[in-house]
Amino acid sequence: MSAEKEKKLRSKRRNAVIGKVCIYAILLLITAAMVVPFLWMLSASIKSNREVFLMDPFEWIPKVPKWDNYIKIWTKIPLLKFVQNTVFLTIVVTCLQLLTSSFAAYSFAKLEFKHKNALFLAYIATIAMPWQVYMVPQFIMMRAMGLNDKLLAMICLQAFSAFGVFMMKQFYDGIPIDLCEAARIDGMSEYGIYAKIMLPLSKPALSTLTIFTFVNTWNDYLGPLIYLKTETKKTIQLGLKMFIGQYSAEYGLIMAGSVLSLIPVIIVFLCLQKYFVEGVASTGLKG
Amino acid sequence: MKEKRKTTNAGNGQKTAAGKKGGLSRQAKRDLVAYSFIAPNFIGFAVFTLVPIIFAFALAFMDWDGSNAIRFVGLANFIKLPQDTFFKAAFKNTIIYVIGTVPLTMIASLALAIVLNQKIKARGFFRTVAFFPYVASLVAITAVWGMIFHPSKGPVNYLLLTVFGVPQNELPKWFSGSLVLFTLILFSVWKYMGYYMVIYLAGLQGISAELYEAGSLDGANTWQKFKYITWPQLRSTTFFVVVMLTINCFKVYDIAVMLAGGGDGKLSTSATVLVYYIYQNAFNYWDLGYSSAIAMVLFVLVLIITLIQFRYEKKLES
Repeated sequence: MSAEKEKKLRSKRRNAVIGKVCIYAILLLITAAMVVPFLWMLSASIKSNREVFLMDPFEWIPKVPKWDNYIKIWTKIPLLKFVQNTVFLTIVVTCLQLLTSSFAAYSFAKLEFKHKNALFLAYIATIAMPWQVYMVPQFIMMRAMGLNDKLLAMICLQAFSAFGVFMMKQFYDGIPIDLCEAARIDGMSEYGIYAKIMLPLSKPALSTLTIFTFVNTWNDYLGPLIYLKTETKKTIQLGLKMFIGQYSAEYGLIMAGSVLSLIPVIIVFLCLQKYFVEGVASTGLKG
Repeated sequence: MKEKRKTTNAGNGQKTAAGKKGGLSRQAKRDLVAYSFIAPNFIGFAVFTLVPIIFAFALAFMDWDGSNAIRFVGLANFIKLPQDTFFKAAFKNTIIYVIGTVPLTMIASLALAIVLNQKIKARGFFRTVAFFPYVASLVAITAVWGMIFHPSKGPVNYLLLTVFGVPQNELPKWFSGSLVLFTLILFSVWKYMGYYMVIYLAGLQGISAELYEAGSLDGANTWQKFKYITWPQLRSTTFFVVVMLTINCFKVYDIAVMLAGGGDGKLSTSATVLVYYIYQNAFNYWDLGYSSAIAMVLFVLVLIITLIQFRYEKKLES
C-alpha cells in the first residue's frame, strides 16, 4: 500500500520535472525563433554582400566587420531627412492621441451629458471598420483640402483614433467615481479633476496607448505610401522600402538601415514595458 | 418690520427663481464642459473618419476617376466583381490567409501566455523577447525574412539541402506559387503572437488562484485544470482575441507586398489580397467606384464574421 503510494508520489514528481523540462525546451525554441532573425539582421549589417550568404563557414561576426555600412547608409539615401520626418510625425501623433483621447474618455467615463450614448456609439461602430475600407475617400477628401503630400495629412489621419478613446474610457471606468465626487465637493473644476486626479492614476493605460500609437505611427507603411510623394517628405519605412527596391542586392546596407529603424521603437518599448501588461489588463483590452 | 419681511420674502423668491435658472444653466454648463472634453478628439474623428466612411458607401455606387464628373451607376461596380479573375484570386487568398492565421496565432499566443504565466526564471526577458517581432518595423523584418528564406542562397534552404537532403531542384520557393500564402501565414503568426500573448497574460492574471487550488484538491491534472478552469475562464479574452485577429487579418496588405511583392511591390494572383486590389484600383487605375465596391466587400466580410462571433459568444454566455 505505502509502496504504491510512494511510487505514485515519485511518478508525480517525475512528471513535474518532465513538465519543467518541456516548458523550458518550448521556451528556448520559441525564443530562438523570435531572436534569430534579429541576430541575423545585426550580423548581416556588418558584413559585405559576399559574406552575407556565406554558409560554410558561417560566422555571426565576420573577421573584418564592415562598420562603414552604418556610415554609408546615411549618404546612399537621405536617411537623416527620413528620420526627422518620422520622429516629428510620431511625436506629434502620439502626443495628440494621448491628450485628445484621455480628454474625451474622461468625459465619456465620468460625466453625464446629452447625446452621450449616441456619440460613444459613433466611436464604437468604427472600431470594427478597417481603415482600408475608407482610405480612398479619405485621400480624395484630404486632397481636396490641399493636404496631399503634406506631413499634416498623416497627423490628421492618425491622431484621432476611436481605439484610443475606447481604451482610455475602459480604464477610467475602473476608477471609482467617489474620487471625482469628493473633488467636486471640494470645489475642483472638471478640468482640475482630469489633470490632478485622473491623469496621475492613468500611467499604465497611457503607457500602453503610447506603445501602440508610437509603434503604429513609426512603422506605418500604407498611409505614408498613399500621401507622401516628395522624397524629402518620406518616412523611414518608405525610404527603407525605396532603398530595398533600388539596391535589392546591397544586403549589408539594407540590414544596417533596418537596425537603425528599429532602435527608437525598442527604446520606447523597453522604457514603458513595465506598465504594459498591467495596462492591457486594466484597459479591458482583454475583453 | 412687516415690510421688511416681505422684501426678504420677495428677495428669497427672487433668489429661488434665480437658483432655478442657475440650475438649468448649470446643466447646460455641464453639457458644455463635457463637450469641451470631447471636442478636440471628436472633431478630428468626425472629419477624418466618419465623413470618409459615409463617402465610401456612396462611392461604391458611382463611377469616378477623381477629377472628371462623378456619375451614379447603381450596382454596376458590384456586377463586375464576379467576372474579375484578379478580384476572385484576391478574395480567395484573403480568406485562406484569415483561416490559416487566426487559429494558429490564437493557439500559439495562448500556449505562450500559459507558459509565461508560470513561475519560471527570466520570465520578464522571455516576455519581452516574444513581444519584439510585434514592435519591429515590417520593412526591416520582412527584409530579414526575405534573406533567411531566400530560395537559392538563404540559410533555411541551405539547411534543407545539407542536413535534410532535399534535392537542389526541389527546394521550396517560399515567396512564390502555392507556398507564398503559407509563408505569409507563418510570418504573421511569428509577428503577432507576442501581442496576443500579452492580452492572454492579462486575462490569465484575472483568474483567481483559488480555482486552481480547488482543482488540485479534487485531484485534477494539468490538462483537466486547463480544460475546466483556464479555458472557460478565458472565454471573453478568447472572444476578444479572435475578433481582433479576424479584423486585423482581413486588413492584410503590407506583409504581402513586402514579402511577395519583389522590387516593384507588384503582387501576382497567387499572393494578391483584397486591400492590394483596393489600392491598385484607386491609385493606379483611378477607378474609385470599383475600388470602393471592393472595399465594401471587405467591410461586409468583416461585419458578417464579427456578427457571427458575437452571436456565438452570446449563445455561450446563456
